[in-house]
Amino acid sequence: MSDDHDHAQDHPHIHRSPPRPDQDDTLTYYRAMEAAVRELLIEKKILTAADVRRQVESMDGRNPSGGARMVARAWRDPEYRRRMLSDGSQAAREVGLDVGPLKLVVVENTPSVHNVIVCTLCSCYPRMLLGLPPDWYKSRNYRSRVVREPRAVLGEFGTEIPSDVQIRVHDSTADMRYLVLPRRPEGTDALSEADLAKLVTRDSMIGVAVIDQN
Amino acid sequence: MADGIAFLFNVGDRVRVRSAFPIGHVRTPYYVRGKYGMVERVCGAFPNPEELAYARRGLPAQPLYRVRFLQCEVWPDYAGQPFDVLEVDIYQHWLEAEDVQ
Repeated sequence: MSDDHDHAQDHPHIHRSPPRPDQDDTLTYYRAMEAAVRELLIEKKILTAADVRRQVESMDGRNPSGGARMVARAWRDPEYRRRMLSDGSQAAREVGLDVGPLKLVVVENTPSVHNVIVCTLCSCYPRMLLGLPPDWYKSRNYRSRVVREPRAVLGEFGTEIPSDVQIRVHDSTADMRYLVLPRRPEGTDALSEADLAKLVTRDSMIGVAVIDQN
Repeated sequence: MADGIAFLFNVGDRVRVRSAFPIGHVRTPYYVRGKYGMVERVCGAFPNPEELAYARRGLPAQPLYRVRFLQCEVWPDYAGQPFDVLEVDIYQHWLEAEDVQ
């Protein structure tokens, strides 16, 4: 930093400081491999750039509203709730979600059980229903700690689980994907399915939060 | 039966995760190896991901189970409640009946 004037004058001025370094991503090994494979597929006319872009846009375009629709319907329709708990994938298709071969297991929060989802091995997540996972879900901190000290981790999310409630941590290590059916807030009997869906947050379907009671 | 592999366990069975430490792509978390649990549900049979990872076919498909563990048995210093549990998807080739040592 240059210091070519007398600070005792106390005049308004701007110091020149080193610019913050750019936060550009680096070209890692796997990024280089992705670019090489993508360019080869396009060059050999197996895919077009538009195909790749469409797929990326489709993945980026997913959000938690799909899961929220399922939760809202389960709150209003006990028969749907029963089907959802026995076959989550079929219940997702029932509300018009294209989940492909996804094997979905829905776990239900009750007054005596609180469920929370993690993938300790990588970052498996029901993207078809919730969109892309938040960065913290993929962090080593969350993945390694929520299986070992779930009450402490939930506390860091502002979620205090009473000591008489069982915590069930679900580590999705294989072909199944998990979605939490949160508890329905009190005082919402009159709400429509669409209005109920607006109350359902992403974090409540991962299980790191509960839905605020009205 | 699934492609020739019989399902060895049923819901409610007590099982032990093999205490094995192979190299390579492994789908059974380290922290449950050697631990006892209970089959919570039978998930079906799936091509073995530990084979798929090496571009093999993963067949015959492996039965997959949801196994429930008591947190206080997985982590001796667990600070939560004694009834808190952990559930993990585990393929059959990683499980043995409780009395097998």
